Amino acid sequence: MKRQYFKNVLLASCAAFGVFAGTAQAEDTIKVGVLHSLSGTLAISEATLKDTVLMLIDAQNKKGGLLGKKLEAVVVDPASNWPLFAEKATELLEKDKVSVVFGCWTSVSRKSVLPVFEKDNGLLFYPVQYEGEESSKNVIYTGAAPNQQAIPAVDYLMKDVKVKRWVLEGTDYVYPRTTNKILEAYLKAKGVKDEDILINYTPFGFSDWQSEVSKIKAFGSAGKKTAVVSTVNGDANVPFYKELGNQKISAEDIPVVAFSVGEEELSGIDTKPLVGHLAAWNYFESIKSPANTAFIKQWQTYIKNPKRTTNDPMEAHYIGFNLWVKAVEKAGTTDVTKVLEALPGLEVPNLTGGTAKLLPNHHITKPVYIGEIKGDGQFDVVWQTKGTVPGDAWSDFLPGSKDLEADWVNLKCGNYNTKTKKCSGQNY
Amino acid sequence: MRYARRRFHVTASVARTTRWHRLFQIFSPLAFALLALSAVTANAAEEAPASNVAAAPATDFVGILSQLPNAGLSDKQQLLEQLIASHHASAQSVLKALLDEHLYSRDSDGKVFITEEVDTGLRLTDPETLTTAGTEAADGFSKVGTNNALRKFLRGAIAQFRLDDPDRSVRLVAVHEMLRDADSATVDLLRVRLSSEKDSAVRKAIEIGLAIADLDSDDAATRLAATTALSQTLDGDAYNKLKAISTANADGSYAETDDGVRNAAAKAAQRIEFWRGIYGSVETLFFGLSLGSVLVLAAIGLAITFGVMGVINMAHGELIMLGAYTAYVMQQLLPEHLALSILLSIPAAFLVSGLVGVAIERSIVRFLYGRPLETLLATFGLSLILQQLVRSIFSPLNRSVASPEFMSGTLVINDALSLTYNRLYIVLFTLLVFIALQLILKRTSLGLKVRAVSQNRSMARAMGIRSEWVDAITFGLGSGIAGVAGVALSQLTNVGPNLGQAYIIDSFMVVVFGGVGNLWGTLIGGMTLGVAGKLLEPAVGAVMAKIVVLVFIILFIQRRKQGLFPQKGRAAEGH
Repeated sequence: MKRQYFKNVLLASCAAFGVFAGTAQAEDTIKVGVLHSLSGTLAISEATLKDTVLMLIDAQNKKGGLLGKKLEAVVVDPASNWPLFAEKATELLEKDKVSVVFGCWTSVSRKSVLPVFEKDNGLLFYPVQYEGEESSKNVIYTGAAPNQQAIPAVDYLMKDVKVKRWVLEGTDYVYPRTTNKILEAYLKAKGVKDEDILINYTPFGFSDWQSEVSKIKAFGSAGKKTAVVSTVNGDANVPFYKELGNQKISAEDIPVVAFSVGEEELSGIDTKPLVGHLAAWNYFESIKSPANTAFIKQWQTYIKNPKRTTNDPMEAHYIGFNLWVKAVEKAGTTDVTKVLEALPGLEVPNLTGGTAKLLPNHHITKPVYIGEIKGDGQFDVVWQTKGTVPGDAWSDFLPGSKDLEADWVNLKCGNYNTKTKKCSGQNY
Repeated sequence: MRYARRRFHVTASVARTTRWHRLFQIFSPLAFALLALSAVTANAAEEAPASNVAAAPATDFVGILSQLPNAGLSDKQQLLEQLIASHHASAQSVLKALLDEHLYSRDSDGKVFITEEVDTGLRLTDPETLTTAGTEAADGFSKVGTNNALRKFLRGAIAQFRLDDPDRSVRLVAVHEMLRDADSATVDLLRVRLSSEKDSAVRKAIEIGLAIADLDSDDAATRLAATTALSQTLDGDAYNKLKAISTANADGSYAETDDGVRNAAAKAAQRIEFWRGIYGSVETLFFGLSLGSVLVLAAIGLAITFGVMGVINMAHGELIMLGAYTAYVMQQLLPEHLALSILLSIPAAFLVSGLVGVAIERSIVRFLYGRPLETLLATFGLSLILQQLVRSIFSPLNRSVASPEFMSGTLVINDALSLTYNRLYIVLFTLLVFIALQLILKRTSLGLKVRAVSQNRSMARAMGIRSEWVDAITFGLGSGIAGVAGVALSQLTNVGPNLGQAYIIDSFMVVVFGGVGNLWGTLIGGMTLGVAGKLLEPAVGAVMAKIVVLVFIILFIQRRKQGLFPQKGRAAEGH
């Protein structure tokens, strides 16, 4: 395995330097691009996804490859640097001529590669929950749209926990800002008053949470049940949760529901003070299903570490990879245009015992789970949707997006306006 | 269920007589059967195991216990209420075990055990007799799950058992737990407890709780008395209640009909508001000082290398990071002694970062004295190398450094003001480090040499000081202090390869603002920036606060190029 990996890296770097452009071996394989940061701030989350894709490719090759050919990974490192993402994407599509790319994490990185994929007619599988408001012909969104994560979480808090006052706490960039805008509109539509919503933003990597947490505490002690909806991203979560623990804010009084905190993030913190805080995802490692047990075992064997956790974006890559394999088999070719035609309507099993179906808007159906953090860094599922929820590209709760619809099968448009009956042509 | 539970409280604590008991025994199965039935009709659609409850409405301890693992989260509370009502001697132990995630059921036969993790698996305790039942492998067991609502209920239920605990602090916690979700049954229990309670703190807590409950009384005189009792407190719940009854509704009517009570309540609410405002400002000031002390701690090592020696060391942040990783490694070496490992990591981090600092000075910096641009580039490259080194050794994932017991939690000054211990210790620690550095520079011969070399190198050399040696030691001292700062930061933030980057800008900002070459400037500068940031934060938000502070510094440096405390005399002009 190690040798294989070494070979991949070697090949990738050879290809990157353009030394062996179009050698005999390259024609026998199908190239799969992996566009995840292996250094810089996002390496924490993205390196795991790179390994996931390599594992899936490895397993597919053991099954005999695809269309009689072996898959070959081309790994590049965009180094958590947004412009570099676009550069590396160009390299993958134009130099290496990869058939498909699995990659990106933040919305900024996705937005940066989007024009490249549309220009070169590439195919990108994007595995992370995001703010929606986008549907590109060349991108398959296997992560959750807001209606598959944020909205159900708020519903749960409103109905089951009887929350009356809301703190929307986020990191200051596009995903939290858009999600909070949608949530604010949703809450107001549900009759929550202005004075019962507090919206707060902090910079990336924020570490001094004293005032913020004290503000939450004050806001939450007004006699009404309060919850925090957190779109705080990355490193900043650790000091945030530490401060919550220090100021003795217990999940029983003010629960925090997070959209960016999963098993991987919790493996870096002492979770004892966090027991009971919530996270909303479409997958938890603790969910018992035969597919999940097999996946966890496969992952821990591949990575040679029995303690490594799995998480939601990994499941998204698992689904995305299988969707792509199925589409290629159906189309009988790896040609992007044909694969894109074959993709909508395909169904593959997810890891929690259901199936994921690719919709015409390039989003997939997902079940939604709410989990409570346990002392060992895992989650206990306390609530779940009945069946799966179809991903919605354009939010129904934002005035500008309400009338927009994405449909790449009949309408061939990412933002068809149902009122003016027009497609603006710009998909993001 | 409420009915049955209240009945129980009354029977258990007010009149523990056989007559009541009998009445209870007649009533309880009836109530349970009714309840189980309603539970089933409510949940029949989603919870299959709930039908067990209806089939065999077990009222005995073991019977209820056996239903617990398969019950849905909403049914569990009812089962637990039955469990408490069964009066079994080990009910409290079972509740405690459930709360602590120690209650497991055996997959093979569904039997429930209180467990304890040992090396060989789970040590089992029979929940009925509380005797040990051997040790078995953990594989065959599933945990009995809880959720927030259930845990809250459990805490309240356990608190009722502890109301008679001989330890006053246990009683105090119990009273607070019970008041979190007080109903008339808990209020009755507390009223009974008050009559026999001797400890003044516990009495006070109960009295406030009872007064809040009394505000709902039908009798205006009772309500007035309650308002008077609450007029001296700063309790948040009391404030909410007083505010609620003294504010007009949308239609101009009041929840409180009696004018006298309403005026008294309004006055009391006003007073609490006033004091909370004052304590709120004190809290903001403390937040500012603690942020300031973190800035000072991060910057003070730089104040020596940059301020005293004039070396622009971009790898300063990485020296802080090395200190934080030292704390992590110490904790891995001494996993059982949290407090000791943190205390030991202070000198250890000083040594590690200090030695790395000396090595940097000897191998890189000394060839670049007087060439600031090259120094900047070389040390920046070094910072990247150190980051990647740590990433390769410890993985790019953040490492967690646990806080020792004495550093977690809050120092409660009163109901409106409590300070977190970890911040408090870091403020004190910063002051200690500052004093120690001042003593080293002003009172030791090393300090004298450092100052001599920094003021006039050639004159110092003429006096027989080995300036190269002094340079290395000074750089090592500054780096060592950075390492110590890393230990402190490991208690507040992520220990990861990027830790240093987050603090390098702030550190330079503080040193430049405070005045290059002046430790006092660093202290005052750091504290000023901290307090200014925290004063701005509630008004404009964390993002804007940072921008405003930066703009302020830029403007300030335009006016006073030398910072807050400029160095005077030959030293400043000599360079």
